[in-house]
Amino acid sequence: MSTPQAPIAPPPVEEGAAARAGRSSHARTFSRGFFVKLVLVALIDAIGVYIVMAAIAEGNQAILWATVVLLAVTNWVYFTKRAVPLKYLLPGLAFLLVYQIFVVAYTGYVAFTNYGDGHNATKDQAIEALLVQNEKRVEGTSAYPLVVVERSGPLGGGELGFALDVDGEVRVGTAEDPLHDVDDGVVDDGTVTDVPGWTILTRQQVLERQRDVTGLRVPVSDDPEDGSIRTQDGRNGYVYRSSLEYDADTDRMIDTSTGVEYAPNAEGQFEAPDGTKLPVGWRVTVGFDNFVQAFGDTRYSTPFLKVLVWTLVFAVLSVALTFFVGLFFAVVLNDDRIKFRRVLRALLILPYAFPAFMSYLLWRGMLNRDYGFINTVLLGGVDINWLGDPWLAKVAVMGVQLWVGFPYMFLICTGALQSIPGDIVEAAKIDGAGPVRLWRSVTLPLVLVATTPLLISSFAFNFNNFNIIEMLTEGAPRFPDASVPVGATDILITMVYSISGLDGGAPKNYGLASALSIVIFVIVATISVISFRRTRALEDIN
Amino acid sequence: MRRSIPLVAAALGAALTLAACGGGDTDTEDTGAATEETGGAGEGGTLTVWVDETRQAAVESAAAAFEEETGTTVETVLKNFDDIRADFLAQVPTGEGPDLTVGASDWLGEFTTNGVVAPVELGDLAGDFEEIAIEAWTYDGQIYGLPYAIENIAIIRNTALADSTPATFDEMIAQGRAAGTTYPFLVQVGEDGDPYTMYPFQTSFGAEVFAQDAEGAYLPELELGGEPGTAFAQWLKAQADAGVLSTSMTYDIAVEAFKNGESPYILGGPWMLSTFEGMDLAVDPIPSAGGEPARPFSGVPGFYVNAQSDNQLIASDFLTGYMATEEAQVALYEAGNRLPALTAAADVASEDPLTAGFRVVAEDALPSPALPEMGAVWSFWGATEAGIISGSIEPVAGWEKMVTDIQAAIDAAS
Repeated sequence: MSTPQAPIAPPPVEEGAAARAGRSSHARTFSRGFFVKLVLVALIDAIGVYIVMAAIAEGNQAILWATVVLLAVTNWVYFTKRAVPLKYLLPGLAFLLVYQIFVVAYTGYVAFTNYGDGHNATKDQAIEALLVQNEKRVEGTSAYPLVVVERSGPLGGGELGFALDVDGEVRVGTAEDPLHDVDDGVVDDGTVTDVPGWTILTRQQVLERQRDVTGLRVPVSDDPEDGSIRTQDGRNGYVYRSSLEYDADTDRMIDTSTGVEYAPNAEGQFEAPDGTKLPVGWRVTVGFDNFVQAFGDTRYSTPFLKVLVWTLVFAVLSVALTFFVGLFFAVVLNDDRIKFRRVLRALLILPYAFPAFMSYLLWRGMLNRDYGFINTVLLGGVDINWLGDPWLAKVAVMGVQLWVGFPYMFLICTGALQSIPGDIVEAAKIDGAGPVRLWRSVTLPLVLVATTPLLISSFAFNFNNFNIIEMLTEGAPRFPDASVPVGATDILITMVYSISGLDGGAPKNYGLASALSIVIFVIVATISVISFRRTRALEDIN
Repeated sequence: MRRSIPLVAAALGAALTLAACGGGDTDTEDTGAATEETGGAGEGGTLTVWVDETRQAAVESAAAAFEEETGTTVETVLKNFDDIRADFLAQVPTGEGPDLTVGASDWLGEFTTNGVVAPVELGDLAGDFEEIAIEAWTYDGQIYGLPYAIENIAIIRNTALADSTPATFDEMIAQGRAAGTTYPFLVQVGEDGDPYTMYPFQTSFGAEVFAQDAEGAYLPELELGGEPGTAFAQWLKAQADAGVLSTSMTYDIAVEAFKNGESPYILGGPWMLSTFEGMDLAVDPIPSAGGEPARPFSGVPGFYVNAQSDNQLIASDFLTGYMATEEAQVALYEAGNRLPALTAAADVASEDPLTAGFRVVAEDALPSPALPEMGAVWSFWGATEAGIISGSIEPVAGWEKMVTDIQAAIDAAS
């Protein structure tokens, strides 16, 4: 293909130089370059080893092995002479792995889990949370000032216990040994100051062993019904009784007062035989449930079609409108006869220089029905419900999109127009082409060849243009007949955002959100692939 | 030198990539180091606290005393208040959350269902707090943190334009019209509705959002519907037709108009006061629209303890010993203008007549429900109110459909 592609063609690479570099590898010649490389790779290795150690400390196998493999590959690639192309590709591949493949794979994984409200963590954390939540202070018991003590002597030394001041009497106990009186304990000003056979821990020592101290339960008596003493601040103890117990052998949660056993169910919750569930659950894989819910639940599937259609219309119109307006101005300002071209071009690019999300918020204010600039000043006080009427809201969205988007198209069209070689135009003129013919057969096709890939990516971008919808209308006005918070200007991505509860308007459901994102991805990918095929056909015409 | 360019690029690329994956691990390393420090002599460990902008200074001043006495380092991390809820939920299970965070009481249901917060034993201290504050922070019989303020809405009156706030809504509107200002009364609605601000009017019709048991704890049974609910919906429609309520009236517009003296009354919270500085104001109870008392929601911000924190002892020490003091609570009041949750501090703050005005309304307020089910309510509720006010939704049928939809959303989530 010999068509000029100046705006997007890569700069020529000195292949000879690269090849030479590979043949006389730095690994063999101890030149200055070799030492530079040595230092840089050593630096990467150092960072890698740091990450490996951190991953070991966290117990994160996935990051650990990914880092080890990446490091090994990096070292091999830069010290072998056989992997010349990889030396160039590796950084890109590493970025691809971390920023793309991992994210996509993780989204895919979440789509098959019930990650969301009530299933936020691991099973161990859920068990821990349930136990903590159901350990309650026994009503009517008072607070005991306590100190944390450690058994002295070689036998049993280090065992922690609590020493309590109960009305001037000192009582002491450990996790194994219920509270009992100590004869020679000294209480001074409401604090236990001396317990024979025990060392009183200083504040520092208590803080050093926080986990042990807050985890310590000292039974009040041999009868577990009496509850046990625990402390949260190391100074005051209260009597607690737990109404739930976890039996690790049978994997059951047992309600100590009723004896009901809760067994883990397939949804990641503890469930009693009668169907009651304990509130805190954990994340489990649920197969295709999220996809089934997305399409099987009529609350979602009914508005889905409407939203899909509007999303397509929005994305196509966004690209088409901005492109034609941008192209129009580009052509007009490309004509030498226009005066002040630079100034005009700068003015036209202005909306592009302004942060888009600011524009959306400003427009939202300007489109306010009663107080907005558009209605009160520009239209002289008419009552047009721009953001409240389903059709007008769509018009408003397209209008703002046009304002924000055309400068980009104007820029790329200007670039494409200016890159058309003068000799082609001249040749066409010599062949007898008039202005219309020249435009239709030479200029437009050349501009399209250069800009079509950008138009397709612009389509893909607008398909998921979350910002404009969320900042301008938040999907409003709502469909009056829908049973989920979805509205007339919602596109797929904002619909996902609201029905999966990410905006705080519904219980969060990351699993459902991921499943819907995958569906959106499939739609965008399909359309893009088809469009790129068509683009190739367009190039063949030339 | 051309040959070395790819190499440098590669090294930089790989370094950045690795640094990017390592970002999270750095934090872990910090926590690890902190735990080790705890093990070292003469150090009291590190406590990480998430705070928002208004609260940062007050927390830091309480922390200074704490640091001095215990040797613990308190690290405050500035967060956007709106981000805290989601970030805390996401980070605690990974072990990277803070030890303590500022938060609102109505996040409690979601936090306990997800097991990210630990109960705090306030012991006898609980009695020193305003009852509604403790009530709001109690879930299933346990207190999950330390409340520091109580916030609710009330009528803020421009004393130059009206000398009193009548007891009923219609009288207030009449008096507002008599004042000859652009608006008889200002209240924010917005395109998405604002059920929080509308709630006192709704309760004056007797339609509360969830049922309460004998002790005032919320039950997950919707009470929005029925006769009182539809009566409120019709009232909304009538007020919209009369031009009192409008979806174009956003927070910014309402506050600006009140500031410019365009209305004697605005329904709002203590957060508005700093905007109205220099005006002669009074804070009055909300007039009843439906005959029963108009009771707003009361939100109770406070501090949560991370359930996975390794520093729970220091954390509860800091909360009960340093943040539950009159000094700290007054400092928080001065920072954020919200009525303190600690009774002694609230008494000090009530010397300001405006705060005292909010306190009177707070006595009759309803705690914002902390039920996890509440998450399913807001968005339908707001959209329906906005729809009724803008005229796109028929009041009675629309309200009933809203109740059905909320119930369906709750059922689907459980």
